[in-house]
Amino acid sequence: MKADIRVALIGNPNTGKSTLFNALTGLNQKIGNFPGVTVEKKTGYSQLPDGRKAEIIDLPGTYSLYPKSKDESIVFSVLAEKGTGLTPDLVVVILDATNLKRNLLLYTQVADLKIPVIIALNMIDLAKKSGIIIDINLLAKKLGVPVVPVSARKLEGIAELKIAISFANKFALQQESIDVNAIAPELIESISREIKTNNPYFALQLAHQHENIAFLTPAESDRIEELEKEHSFHSQKAQATETIARYSYINDVLYDTVKTPVTAHDETHSNKIDKILTHKVFGFIIFLGILMFMFQSIFAWSAYPMSLIEELFVWIQGALRNILPVGPLTGLLIDGVVAGLSGVMVFIPQIAILFAFISILEDTGYMSRVTFMMDKIMRKVGLNGKSVVPLIGGFACAVPSIMSTRTIENWKDRMITIMVTPLVTCSARLPVYTLLIALVVPNRNVWWLFNLQGLALTGMYLLSLVSAIVVAYVMKYILKSRERGYFIMELPVYRMPRWNNVLFSMYERAKTFVLEAGKVIIAVSIILWVLSSYAPSDRFEKIEQKYQQPQYTKTIKPDELNRIVSSEKLENSYAGVLGHVIEPVIKPLGFDWKIGIALITSFAAREVFVGTMATIYSVDGDATRIESVQEKMRNAKNPHGQPVFSLAVAFSLMMFYAFAMQCASTVAVVYRETKDWRWPAAQFAYMTVLAYAAAFISYNLLK
Amino acid sequence: MTLSQLEIGEIGIVKEFTDLEMSVKLMEMGCLPGEEVRVSRIAPLGDPIAIHVSGYQLSLRKFEASTIILH
Repeated sequence: MKADIRVALIGNPNTGKSTLFNALTGLNQKIGNFPGVTVEKKTGYSQLPDGRKAEIIDLPGTYSLYPKSKDESIVFSVLAEKGTGLTPDLVVVILDATNLKRNLLLYTQVADLKIPVIIALNMIDLAKKSGIIIDINLLAKKLGVPVVPVSARKLEGIAELKIAISFANKFALQQESIDVNAIAPELIESISREIKTNNPYFALQLAHQHENIAFLTPAESDRIEELEKEHSFHSQKAQATETIARYSYINDVLYDTVKTPVTAHDETHSNKIDKILTHKVFGFIIFLGILMFMFQSIFAWSAYPMSLIEELFVWIQGALRNILPVGPLTGLLIDGVVAGLSGVMVFIPQIAILFAFISILEDTGYMSRVTFMMDKIMRKVGLNGKSVVPLIGGFACAVPSIMSTRTIENWKDRMITIMVTPLVTCSARLPVYTLLIALVVPNRNVWWLFNLQGLALTGMYLLSLVSAIVVAYVMKYILKSRERGYFIMELPVYRMPRWNNVLFSMYERAKTFVLEAGKVIIAVSIILWVLSSYAPSDRFEKIEQKYQQPQYTKTIKPDELNRIVSSEKLENSYAGVLGHVIEPVIKPLGFDWKIGIALITSFAAREVFVGTMATIYSVDGDATRIESVQEKMRNAKNPHGQPVFSLAVAFSLMMFYAFAMQCASTVAVVYRETKDWRWPAAQFAYMTVLAYAAAFISYNLLK
Repeated sequence: MTLSQLEIGEIGIVKEFTDLEMSVKLMEMGCLPGEEVRVSRIAPLGDPIAIHVSGYQLSLRKFEASTIILH
């Protein structure tokens, strides 16, 4: 889509920027990344009243052009960089009308870059309600830019804003805010000469940020560094001087344009809620309650749509099988591609539900209170107050939880959270655990109260949480942080969630997951399908010939015969061969090559373990019925006549599944979130080592 | 006296900062010399704290608050 004008949205966090973005673009938007970094870039299109089309770029929320985090560092680059195809023709600065003073700091910085600017004065209705009187015309006159009052939540003023965008000047006409040259006169002059700019603030910003800016050549950056030394420039002192000067200018501007009552109404209202929600006792109880409700809902509400999606795909597979001729291509399509697609789609309900909750928690302002309450505990183990939500979400599924770590601004905290979230017992491990526990743990009560099987399962859940915390604690010392950890954070006033935003966020996350992680999952499914349905040389033919002999066809029922054939085929397939290959490696864990096959096939998703066991032991009847799989596994004997699934082997297997990264979707989503293959690789490696060690220890202890 | 020593509800006026890097971030957030700050609450575990400054609520760790010297 080609646009006639490019508009960047910029503003402080919690100013309703994404609401305004949604109001301007509707569903006509896409999420990507800014080139070269993992910072999320949202773009959309808006039809202007004069018939032109505007491309809207939503920039990360920031309090200033001087970045505190990686996300924020993108803002100056986009505004300043020429020739990347991102440079905006116009900047719409969104200001929170209830807190103009702090919001105007960012405006004055953007204005001094001399890019055409419009101010969208958001939450004007809330400002009125709390008794703040703003002389909009005078404000516009003093700043020299159009000021459009809007209420993005109520969709008021959007049409006027679009008109203002279409009438916007091509030239920056705003008033000078502060005397930038006074901050570092000689340096600004020499940089301006060096890189040929006539904007002193642009030159000053380059002095501060030249090390992180892609469009400067290394030579230019070194030259700026030299000039800084020459003029003994101190970046932080200069920033302090600039900020004080800007606030003094802002105070002048606000002096006769804004009248604020002594206490804003909204603040006291918010205060009352805070007294309960961050209370010493109730605060934690309420938070625990919300987490449990979230966890339960992800489990309960997603069960029905998930089985619906699965049934739909089973139906599609059946229908395709009837239509298409039998052959390798059909097999690839049905058992590789469609099966893989089903494996992707089945995550959508969980992702949508988790993001609905997260979006509500963020929108209302409760998420920052969670961070506020949990910061002290979580910091001790190298995590962040906001890590609590992904970790608890991990009990349902690591995939949406890892996507939700975007809310953690601190790079190191976020990486540690991503690295440990897959350790938490997700719902896909549940069928594996229940199968194995029922197999070896007697179903009786101890001390009348506790069921042994239930205790074993609870133990696995607790173990996962403990291991996640321990690993996080270790990683705290391994990872080198690139940013200093701040906790200077706004606690926004409580507001009702914007249901539109909730829906958008559910839709966007699901779409992003399907489009990006889906590719990897489908690729892995296809590989696994090839491995389990092809065999070296003519092994399959031999099996089929063998079972076509009358001694089999006469004595065994056709159904039973089919199961035996497919079981023997799987044992002889490439997956079976691989099972034999890895047998020496997994033998110390108590696993034979048949379990090896299951380990390989369940790499795409852990729950596949049960299905593979069913095929290997040629389970009759409904293979999805866990009891019949159990029966076969219980009777399985090794060559020495002992049962394969002893207590030691079962626990060793559970330990393996507790720690191993047996989930292609998680690998894919970690790659998507970090944009660097080394992260999922490191994660896969450390989890496999842990899994091996834990399985080895428990096998040898219980043997 | 530093901001970290104030009890809930107490008010102070920012005088200066002991940590330059931190002060830059704090000032950007509207916490400038001459500005009035009020401790509005302390997190259940004693850290961080929330203050009321230039018309909104800001949370910061005790350590960060200890770099703010009050009049």
